[in-house]
Amino acid sequence: MEIEEKQPRSISEIVSIVEALIFVADEPITVKLLAEVLEEDKETVEAAIAELSGEYDRREGGLQLREIAGGWQISTRTEFHDEVRKFLKTRPNAKLSLAALETLAVIAYKQPATIPEILAIRGVQSASAIKTLLDKKLIVAKGRKETVGRPMQYGTSKDFLIQFGLRDLSELPSIEDFEDLVQ
Amino acid sequence: MEQAEQLSFDFDKVQPHFNTESPDDIKLTLGEFSGPLDLLLFLIKQERANIFDIPVAKITDEYLKYIRLMKSLDIALAADFIVMAATLIEIKSKMLLPREILAESEDEIEDPRQELIDRLLEHQKFKNAAEMLYERVTIEQAVFRRGQIETDANNTETNANVFDLLTVFQKILARHKEEVQLEIHREEISLAEMLKTLRKRIFEAKELNLLQFFAELHTRRELVTAFIAVLEIVRTESVKLTQSATFGAIVLRKI
Repeated sequence: MEIEEKQPRSISEIVSIVEALIFVADEPITVKLLAEVLEEDKETVEAAIAELSGEYDRREGGLQLREIAGGWQISTRTEFHDEVRKFLKTRPNAKLSLAALETLAVIAYKQPATIPEILAIRGVQSASAIKTLLDKKLIVAKGRKETVGRPMQYGTSKDFLIQFGLRDLSELPSIEDFEDLVQ
Repeated sequence: MEQAEQLSFDFDKVQPHFNTESPDDIKLTLGEFSGPLDLLLFLIKQERANIFDIPVAKITDEYLKYIRLMKSLDIALAADFIVMAATLIEIKSKMLLPREILAESEDEIEDPRQELIDRLLEHQKFKNAAEMLYERVTIEQAVFRRGQIETDANNTETNANVFDLLTVFQKILARHKEEVQLEIHREEISLAEMLKTLRKRIFEAKELNLLQFFAELHTRRELVTAFIAVLEIVRTESVKLTQSATFGAIVLRKI
């Protein structure tokens, strides 16, 4: 309930509030959401983020500001993972198997992809790899394809972008770039 | 190879290879193949062959050798590996057949290997893409975000003050009041008492039908006590247990 007249905020004030919001958000926070909370227009928020991002880069501190899965996020810098891990007493997560990674690559580039399409590229049944990826919430079912057998289609999830540090799917290198020939 | 799905791996370390010290003695270091195309790519690399000009006969031999090895190692062979073996043999046999004489130029003769080459190239791209994803996730695992902030939404023990506690306590008290109190009296009968009763009954009537005696008792506890009393009385006093027929009545009789 704001009774008093709203004072226009200064840019530095907006930058600070943006930083505070990015810090408390559980997931990468979008410009749209920031603009709504601040009651400022998107351009102002984007300018504030650009300013903030510059500050983080210049400071070269323990934290970094990154654009992930369509939003902004504050995280530690990779350089300090040993110390952070020691403090948190965590070990790196179990890595995905080659089969699961390959399946994920096919889905990421061909989405929405069906099991027969994945089979054609991988030359192997991928049911258990798909289950693993679904369990880890890296892929999601995207309805059925209107073709023979109506196979389920799969696409990558927001978690995929977060876990692989991607702003959006367009940040993935083009599949044609991987055409290095077998010698 | 579905069963290898959950294993973690390292692109640098886990590369399968044959150790061929002597041609008859092939030692196999098993790595993880994601499928038959993967195995095929590996074998082509192993032979230092050109992917556009696959020596099909040689590669087919190697492929079959590998499959036999996997069999002897008791690895459940996925059907997909067998399908690829069949495809290879098919291509090999096609290549043995004389080329179509009717074809007018070299271009029109389709290489029986073409489809396989296309699939291998396509697979190679996605294999590289998988490697890229692997690198990305490895880097990403070195990045940490702040821990969860406690909010009412993610904390099950939400804020409660003294008055909340009091309200809950009053509710509990009210519920307690409504409850009907049922008092259950336990009838205690000791072994000594039971022995006394039993002895009296036997010595008065000279004999006692056990089934009848037990039928007079009501609770499980009494029955157990009575049973022990029977055993005790037989052991200590001049009373014996008799049964006139199989499954007949058991009678306690004074000697």
